[in-house]
Amino acid sequence: MTTALILIAILLLGSAAAAMLRRNLIHSALLLIASWAGVAAFYLWAGAEFVAFAQVLIYVGAISMVVLFAVLLTRQNPVAELPAEPASRMRALTGITVAVCTAAILSAAILSSKFTPAADTAPQTSVKQIGLELMHRHGTALLIVGVILTVALLGATILAATDAKEKPEDRP
Amino acid sequence: MSPASDSYLERAPLELRDWLVQFLPEPLQWLAHHLITVVAVLAVFGTFFAFTTIAERKLLARLQNRLGPNRSGLPWIKGLKLWGLTQPFADAVKTLTKEDIVPATADKWLHFLAPVIVVAFSLMTFAVLPFGRNMIPVELNAALLYFFAAGAATELAIFMAGWSSRNKYSLLAAMRALAQLISYELPLILSVVPIVLVAGTLSTKAIVLTQGYWTSGFLPHWFVFTPWGLAGFLIFIVAALAESNRSPFDLPEAESELIAGHLTEYSGFKYALFFMAEYFGLTALSALGVTLFLGGWQAPCVFLEFIPSYLWFMLKLIGMIVFFIWVRGTLLRLRIDQLTRLAWKFLVPLALLNVGNAAFWVLSAHWAGPLQLVRWAVSFAVIVIPFVIMGRSLTAGFAPRTYRYAS
Repeated sequence: MTTALILIAILLLGSAAAAMLRRNLIHSALLLIASWAGVAAFYLWAGAEFVAFAQVLIYVGAISMVVLFAVLLTRQNPVAELPAEPASRMRALTGITVAVCTAAILSAAILSSKFTPAADTAPQTSVKQIGLELMHRHGTALLIVGVILTVALLGATILAATDAKEKPEDRP
Repeated sequence: MSPASDSYLERAPLELRDWLVQFLPEPLQWLAHHLITVVAVLAVFGTFFAFTTIAERKLLARLQNRLGPNRSGLPWIKGLKLWGLTQPFADAVKTLTKEDIVPATADKWLHFLAPVIVVAFSLMTFAVLPFGRNMIPVELNAALLYFFAAGAATELAIFMAGWSSRNKYSLLAAMRALAQLISYELPLILSVVPIVLVAGTLSTKAIVLTQGYWTSGFLPHWFVFTPWGLAGFLIFIVAALAESNRSPFDLPEAESELIAGHLTEYSGFKYALFFMAEYFGLTALSALGVTLFLGGWQAPCVFLEFIPSYLWFMLKLIGMIVFFIWVRGTLLRLRIDQLTRLAWKFLVPLALLNVGNAAFWVLSAHWAGPLQLVRWAVSFAVIVIPFVIMGRSLTAGFAPRTYRYAS
């Protein structure tokens, strides 16, 4: 079991690190997707079947498409040609400040949250139970999330919509 | 359960497997058990793939008033042609021995990985399909979710193929494929939601079992024979055609415009892998359609139960595949804007309505007597009236078509 976890961790962290190191944006995007798949593998390892499949379906299947679309539609050349400025003290300072701040916030959040010790055996949860729980106890939260997502979708449609004049030959 | 469930033919494949497994030492039995299942699925569906290609070529030929491949026989017997049935094996040898060409500017790694990923993931979907009574490779609680999750990754492979070829046509096709697959994922999944709602489970095995009843012995309780089931099935078929890139939705590889699209720069074995994955995807989706809507491995009538369940499954599967080939020979290819319009303006609203329809069906489950007729009528009306209204309003003003520059 532990070897499997180590392998999954290597896949996850390795692909994430490689995604940051690659100069080619498409490669980075694909490696990012690989690391999402690694997260799904971790969920499977932890016995959370439902979350793992949802992770693959949503991240590997859908969000990856959005990322790739964004990369392809905004980039002219596949290899990013960022001007390599000489490293300045200012840049290093800003980088370190941002990193320290993020680390501080994250560690404060982790330290302040209380982890109750889990039971020795994992609770047997079926998909049905998860569904019932979502619909009964967390029904309101689910509805609110749905409304927010719908509003975001409508906003995106309105932003993207253009009143192009329809040419007669464009008609179906 | 009826006596048919333990007839000899019904149990034969499983008993053969158990008999083979028992020869191995205890710790290896678990592994052997699963390996035999995997090999059986690969062998059966590999052969099925081979004969689907020949069936497709022959049927399309007949639909177009041609003969189709009818020459290849057996190499060591002269004069025996077998109606050209050995054609797929000749094709296999041909593609395997062809030169593998990789474009000089291509992204070598992605170019190599794309066909591997596409075949791997399209094969993974077979793991949760119940091929017969007690014949399911992996029993999962969330089987349906697994199926769609595994299927989602094939889109990524098509994109990788298109992008890594470093070819305009391939990239255009990859973009088309992405647009198309995103559009049709939604109606495909929404058309399946009513089944989950009514059956109350995501497990494919349990869904088949809920359909295993008959009214007076010969009217099967398959989901396709309910108003919401029929509507869901039709939406499912359209979306499945689009998801498996088949005519009339074969835009990503439109031969006449994009020179086979993302497959342009592939040759030899890699091309064969794509070809294979496409047929595996089609077979898996058809099998899912059979499982969800057409009663899976259940016999249509009680007295026909003596035919083993896996044969019923294969029969229904072949029926679906032949139907898809027929559609390919009949319909014209859509344009990309028509394709997305069909998905977003027509199929998605209808599928959403159908989910509500299924909810009504569940809530009115206890209605009896004349109320039963009301139940059917309401369920029909909920889906047919919006279908007619939406169909009319979406095509209004578009017909008859006027040609400004031709004529």
